[in-house]
Amino acid sequence: MKNKIIEGQVIPFDQSNIDTDAIIPKQYLKSIKKSGFGPFLFDSLRYTDPGDLSTTKKRNINSNFVLNIEPYSSGNIILANDNFGCGSSREHAVWALKDYGIEAIISTSFADIFYRNSFKNGLLLISVNKDELENIFSEISESPKYNLTINIQNQTITTPSGQAYSFTISDSDKERIILEYDDIELSLRHKDKVKNYEDNMKLLKPWIFEKNND
Amino acid sequence: MKKTLYDKIWDEHLVHENEDGSSLIYIDRHLVHEVTSPQAFDGLDIQKRDIWNNNSIYAVSDHNVPTQNRASGIDDEISKLQVDTLIDNCKKHKISYFDLNNINQGIVHVIGPELAITQPGMTLVCGDSHTSTHGALASLAFGIGTSDVEHVLATQCININKEKNFRINITNNLSSHVSSKDLILHIIKIIGTSGGTGYTIEFTGDCIENMSIESRMTICNMSIEAGAKSGLVAFDSKTHDYMLNKKYSPNKKYLNDAIKYWENLVSDSDAVFDKTLSFDATDVLPQVTWGTSPEMTTDINGKVPNPDDENDSSKKQYMQRALDYMGLKANQDINSIMLDKIFIGSCTNSRIEDLRQAAKIVEGYKVSDKIKQAIVVPGSGHVKAAAEKEGLDKIFVKSGFEWREPGCSMCLGMNNDSLLPYERCASTSNRNFEGRQGDKGRTHLVSPSMAALAAIKGHFSNVIDFVNEK
Ligand code: SF4
Repeated sequence: MKNKIIEGQVIPFDQSNIDTDAIIPKQYLKSIKKSGFGPFLFDSLRYTDPGDLSTTKKRNINSNFVLNIEPYSSGNIILANDNFGCGSSREHAVWALKDYGIEAIISTSFADIFYRNSFKNGLLLISVNKDELENIFSEISESPKYNLTINIQNQTITTPSGQAYSFTISDSDKERIILEYDDIELSLRHKDKVKNYEDNMKLLKPWIFEKNND
Repeated sequence: MKKTLYDKIWDEHLVHENEDGSSLIYIDRHLVHEVTSPQAFDGLDIQKRDIWNNNSIYAVSDHNVPTQNRASGIDDEISKLQVDTLIDNCKKHKISYFDLNNINQGIVHVIGPELAITQPGMTLVCGDSHTSTHGALASLAFGIGTSDVEHVLATQCININKEKNFRINITNNLSSHVSSKDLILHIIKIIGTSGGTGYTIEFTGDCIENMSIESRMTICNMSIEAGAKSGLVAFDSKTHDYMLNKKYSPNKKYLNDAIKYWENLVSDSDAVFDKTLSFDATDVLPQVTWGTSPEMTTDINGKVPNPDDENDSSKKQYMQRALDYMGLKANQDINSIMLDKIFIGSCTNSRIEDLRQAAKIVEGYKVSDKIKQAIVVPGSGHVKAAAEKEGLDKIFVKSGFEWREPGCSMCLGMNNDSLLPYERCASTSNRNFEGRQGDKGRTHLVSPSMAALAAIKGHFSNVIDFVNEK
């Protein structure tokens, strides 16, 4: 069976309820593309001057924000508090995280829509319990250069000191990350079943399928 | 086995169960707007896939559209490209689209129910988290990301795991001038912004039964702010009446069959819920949010809380950060908070009943000279027309409000309507996140009548006292 290992510096983002408006602010949602959002990730926290899709001048960096602090600025794994990704369903948030180079996020809980969007784009989300989260946070505060190794097949996180935590994800989410499969292709395998269901419903609930007007 | 309303709609739409426990669920209606769809249509093109059923889809531009001077089109070129892209995609795939001059145009969650695009018992999705709104019509409705928009376009299905059942039962009635907005803020205050994560919430009890469909929509709308992707209210005689004589109401020849089907859309009397919360509606007072999350809410008679009273250190920090962002002091009286702007609108509170409530408060009064701008943005062309017929627009304009064209507007400020840094707004919308209404802008979520009263006073004030003293 194939595997995927994610390894890298952790970015300690000690906040709960980090919402998708914060991850990618609205002015960037005007884009009709999926790429190019990385420079605007956490835009209003990362920069002190406002920007939008047409901004070309160099932005002023907020040197207090965790993504702008060494060694976190080279990180690829975010560590955050409860309910990460709440709010708007904008998938742009996931595209921005991926485009920036984030490969995994560890938290105690994630908002539902964000959770789905992440795995659909190959972004790994790991839920740990409160104690585990606090352990990792306190270890980082002691040694900021802090590399985690995440083994997706075995579902383990290994800390620099060698301690291992296990985590759960569904088999299908695991495959989404490892095999990067196409969800639509998989669903279309059941095309005939969908067609049958639909034909049946057209008889049972015709009002749903016939437009009254227009 | 006894079933909840959620179980019934789920079972009815189940096409296939996967080995991993997820299920392929058939989607009856798909609503599309300009912001979350371009990449989905693009994805179809790249893979050379067709749309499964273009008749199930209705599209509208709402997030990015101007609410003034519509005749001159959209100034902002990037916004215009996004709207034009939706128009092109709809033409190409023969999808119903309501353009800016069409009376059917409006916020996607206002027009869905209003045109009876949404009907009881349907599954409905939209690339927008406030799709939960439509659950007020006993339909299973939830927001999805753009990958899932593409998935539904191509397959008419979505692959999801079933949620658990959460029942929130509210006994008795709300006091007068306390609205369903106050009720849902009160609920979020109790259960928190992740209290509903993993659940579909059904709202029950005499409070909900006695409530109008539009008020129910406000509650379901903000279920997502409690972490639940869907909110639900059972079908009843009010839903029945609401569904008749609308643009896309069921064809007359099927109406009786439809009604018969709808009547079953209630939870069985002894259905089992995984979680239940019950409380008394008479306990609910007008609410004001003081922080940067909808759970940071208190009564109008209350004070801004003190982080020092919180024992959990990370919560304490979170509260302090919110107070700093909001420019508020611990223990400050809520009614001492002075405002700069007033926004009445959004998919939470821009329907005719909301505008009536607000107009009733402002009639005969002037917007305080402390307020820089007060705007009313009706949720749709139909709401706007109905309000103008009743003369509500004149009441608003006379007291100093601006009367706008329909759209999302200052709820998220993608168009020109937004807060400047540090401006403070009483808003009838649903999110008070940092920067939501504009970079460094400060949002307080309230009901329409509380926003209207704040406009007159220049600060928050208790609408119950105001009406009683009148
Ligand atoms: S009004 Fe606000 S919350 Fe509602 S759909 Fe528009 S942007 Fe989203």
